[in-house]
Amino acid sequence: MRENMYEKLGLKVGFEIHQELDTHKLFCNCPSVLYDVEPALKVKRRLRPTQSELGEVDRAALAEAIKGKGFRYQVTDNVCLVELDCEPPHPVNEEALDIALEVALLLNAKPVDEIHVMRKTIIDGSNTSGFQRTMLIATEGYLETKKGMARIQTICLEEDAARKVGEDAEFIDYRLDRLGIPLVEIATGPDFTDPQTPAEVALMVGQLMRATSKVKRGIGTIRQDINVSIRDGARQEIKGVQELALIPAVIEREVRRQLALLGVSDELKKRGATEVAREIVDVSKIFSGTRCKVIASVLARRGVVLAVKLPKFAGLVGGELQPGRRFGTELADYAKVYGGVGGIFHTDELPGYGISVGEVEKLRGVLRASPGDAVVIVAAGKESAEKALGAVVVRANQALLAVPEETRRALPDGNTEFMRPLPGAARMYVETDIPPMVIDEKRLEQIRKRLPEPLEQRRKRYVEEYGLSRELAERMSLSENLGLFEELVRKHAVEPTLVATTLEETLVGLKREGVAVDNIQKAVFDEIFSLIAKGELAKEAVPDVLREVAGGIGVQDAVQRLGLGRITEAELSKMVSEVVRENWELVKKRGVGALQPLMGVLMGKVRGRVDGKLVHQLLERELRKFEFRTETS
Amino acid sequence: MFGYQGKALKTLRSISAKVGDRLRIEKAGQIHEGILMPRTELGDPNHLVIKLNSGYNIGVRLTRGAKVSKVGVGRVPKMGLPPPEFKPDPSKPSVSILGTGGTIASRVDYRTGAVYPAFTAKELYAAVPELVGLANIRTAPVCNVFSENMTPELWIKIARAAARELNSRARGVVIAHGTDTMGYTAAALSFALKNLSGPVVLVGSQRSSDRPSSDAALNLLSAVSVASKSDIAEVCVVMHGSAEDDFCLIHRGAKVRKCHTSRRDTFQTVNDLPIGMVRGGEITTLGGYNRAKGGRVRVDARFDPMVALVKVCPGMKPKVVDSLLNSGYRGIVLEGTGLGHTPEYLFPAIKRAVKRGTAVVMTSQCLWGRVDMKVYSTGRDLLQLGVIPGEDMLPEVAWVKLMYALGQTKNPKKVSELMRKNLAGEITPRTRPDVFPKPAFTPTHSQARK
Repeated sequence: MRENMYEKLGLKVGFEIHQELDTHKLFCNCPSVLYDVEPALKVKRRLRPTQSELGEVDRAALAEAIKGKGFRYQVTDNVCLVELDCEPPHPVNEEALDIALEVALLLNAKPVDEIHVMRKTIIDGSNTSGFQRTMLIATEGYLETKKGMARIQTICLEEDAARKVGEDAEFIDYRLDRLGIPLVEIATGPDFTDPQTPAEVALMVGQLMRATSKVKRGIGTIRQDINVSIRDGARQEIKGVQELALIPAVIEREVRRQLALLGVSDELKKRGATEVAREIVDVSKIFSGTRCKVIASVLARRGVVLAVKLPKFAGLVGGELQPGRRFGTELADYAKVYGGVGGIFHTDELPGYGISVGEVEKLRGVLRASPGDAVVIVAAGKESAEKALGAVVVRANQALLAVPEETRRALPDGNTEFMRPLPGAARMYVETDIPPMVIDEKRLEQIRKRLPEPLEQRRKRYVEEYGLSRELAERMSLSENLGLFEELVRKHAVEPTLVATTLEETLVGLKREGVAVDNIQKAVFDEIFSLIAKGELAKEAVPDVLREVAGGIGVQDAVQRLGLGRITEAELSKMVSEVVRENWELVKKRGVGALQPLMGVLMGKVRGRVDGKLVHQLLERELRKFEFRTETS
Repeated sequence: MFGYQGKALKTLRSISAKVGDRLRIEKAGQIHEGILMPRTELGDPNHLVIKLNSGYNIGVRLTRGAKVSKVGVGRVPKMGLPPPEFKPDPSKPSVSILGTGGTIASRVDYRTGAVYPAFTAKELYAAVPELVGLANIRTAPVCNVFSENMTPELWIKIARAAARELNSRARGVVIAHGTDTMGYTAAALSFALKNLSGPVVLVGSQRSSDRPSSDAALNLLSAVSVASKSDIAEVCVVMHGSAEDDFCLIHRGAKVRKCHTSRRDTFQTVNDLPIGMVRGGEITTLGGYNRAKGGRVRVDARFDPMVALVKVCPGMKPKVVDSLLNSGYRGIVLEGTGLGHTPEYLFPAIKRAVKRGTAVVMTSQCLWGRVDMKVYSTGRDLLQLGVIPGEDMLPEVAWVKLMYALGQTKNPKKVSELMRKNLAGEITPRTRPDVFPKPAFTPTHSQARK
């Protein structure tokens, strides 16, 4: 039913996935790592809008330039002159290019014949150069899903941007550690018509990329942008959705917002509203004795209160677009972005915030606002307040027409806020410092040869060949230890299930206990499973050995320290007889039924030094002897 | 045509397609549609470059069976904004901007696929409209070459153009110049321009002006500030003073050197303080400088091209010096080791040179510091041979100066006198203790997160 509703609304959704690759940076040799500590070295810069190849200044670029802030770049240890835009880019990281091509082939896409590195103009400061370097790798891919074929329009390889870490009145702070880390960008067509499917397909694409074992994992290493539009609405690019689970909510709420904005537009037309004039009035005097703390403190710092009238907007500014977000919030977003102010007040919510009835009346008087009009005020420095109200007027006028195309930021509750206008196509021009790269069949052939097994096939093989449970097979197939698992199973004659549970469950359990499992080297697993294969270590001892090894000792030392010398079958046999004798009353009474309790007793003595199966086998054989005796006597 | 050759060119001709037209290329079941873009000549002849609707350029290989058709006629992509309309403001000083080429004036070039000098000085002015508030600007191209292709003939042309502007209308002159040889041109103009009436400012950029992060705008604005406001009647270089977009330094033309291949603050004044700095259009001076004395600017631009600059290295063969002599060189500037030394096995060749009347000047490859040829016997021997000590002159400045000196006189004694005398700030009498740059690193202990 609901899906039918979305179809009726003409919902169109597409998404872009950005995945960081596990290799050094794309255009220099700096390592792709992040830092938590603010570095001492900082560099301040400014950016100016430029012309693209087609000779038009991009509108998003212009918007950023009007904002006019400078940028303060934090120079971490993994930054060289390339990230600082003080050295030309080095040739493209060939490993990153191969990974991108690998992903393209996995998505059944067609690689382009010759790759051209482009400059995508972005002057919000997140790239020191003022552009993001990006290249189209392949087109026309697809992914088979339960709901049919999902079109993958493009696969691009690009450099990640710097991380925004702060902002003040004059500067935006960026940490440069992330700038230049290679990203694969996968874009679907605008083909989805319901809020649920995009999340499902995004999950599949993420799993497929992880199957290459050459991508980064963890928070922030994979990011989704979602494009949403409805009929009569407008395309929105929603950035920074880090959790897949949030995707449906973001889409549902965006549909709701666009419907509400269309409602605002219809209502304004009905009321006969015309273009809002940019007539900004200084109303500081009205508030000279105000009880509103925000305004009072601005005035104390020699700021001003400016106001603008939005004719026939009364009641609409306070109208809700998304849960907890009103049309006034949208106006405030514009004021914040372009004026750098903290927010706005509007008459739909006044009197309030310490602003009195009298002040509102005077305000309406000065602006000659009739009851059907709304008034927006901003308290800030004069220049900021003017820019802020100018932007409010721009946004209000857009409301008369319909829904503006925007780039919006996803908020944790699924709502979105305005970031900047949607960039036009004019923002791309060619990166002249890097010559085009021909992709020949030989290179593709080599990549095809080592493509990872398709996920489903791999899971099937794990179940059928290795005897893993369906659940464990699924977990293993998505694990970052996948390569290690295959290697260990190939090298050592041990139960694959033991290897899988060690890597997927034991390690997780130990980590939860607080054991420093990251210290455990690959070679440790080799040694442990080799001992198990030779029968010199029992599989039950694995957690204890790993716990010791994580503390910084070798496997042999751990085995010794734990007193895990192996028990021979003869020794075990003797112990079994002893235990049976010691518990003779029980055995007499229960016969083979004593197996479970005695197993517990024995395992308490030998755990980790002998295979539990063997204990079970010997104990059962011993008990059966007595069972026979009990029956005949 | 726009860089296309061979097979690609033939295909384009067959459908009379031009750059800017919309093409459809069908091959192996795939259809690519986009605007035909120019191709770098360094690319192979087997690919057509098209711009897709998404803005991306791709190269499509012309394999057998590929079908190319024209589906739309477009305009040729053009760079450049229309020049802004502006009226001269009689209350503002006039500044002339002379164009020579180089990276302060550049754009995307499809012939090589690289950044290429092409904006006229006028278009440059159009790109930085803030210039309107500073001065009435006149622009005039002098030449259009990469700075590495600059020649002494062009120095003379530039000197004459600068003098002409100063003598007719301009309060100051700005010369847009590529950074590679900007120091050489600055030195040449320092010697050639006499009795300056105002600032002659060379300016360039290290990041091309087609990119948002270009240093060109701040450099140009600062240069025009100096040219329009300051009373510095000297040739100077105005470029970024740090890695930030914060301030520019005003370097004396005969004391400045490009010291880094790619940084914005590549130019440094060596062995002296810069003349001053420009921050937010405001000029602060740091040391003394020449002011205008009145009268017309003169040009004394005679440069003898037969001067060589030779870097001394261990094991160097005397043949290097002898072959210069045999080729008719009249002057040699040695970039000696340390305080101004050469291996002693070069002595006979140097002696032959001096004997033939060839001027031999000693500078140091240390760049920072002063030559002193009296400390070690090698230096004393070289002095004895008639080598002229170059004080704290930069080797390339000494080279330009020797060309200038030999343009004045061929008399060895007079050449020697000219070379030892400070003519344009190229020799400082005192070696300052505070002008030797040190690396700016600080030890850090920050831990990377995996």
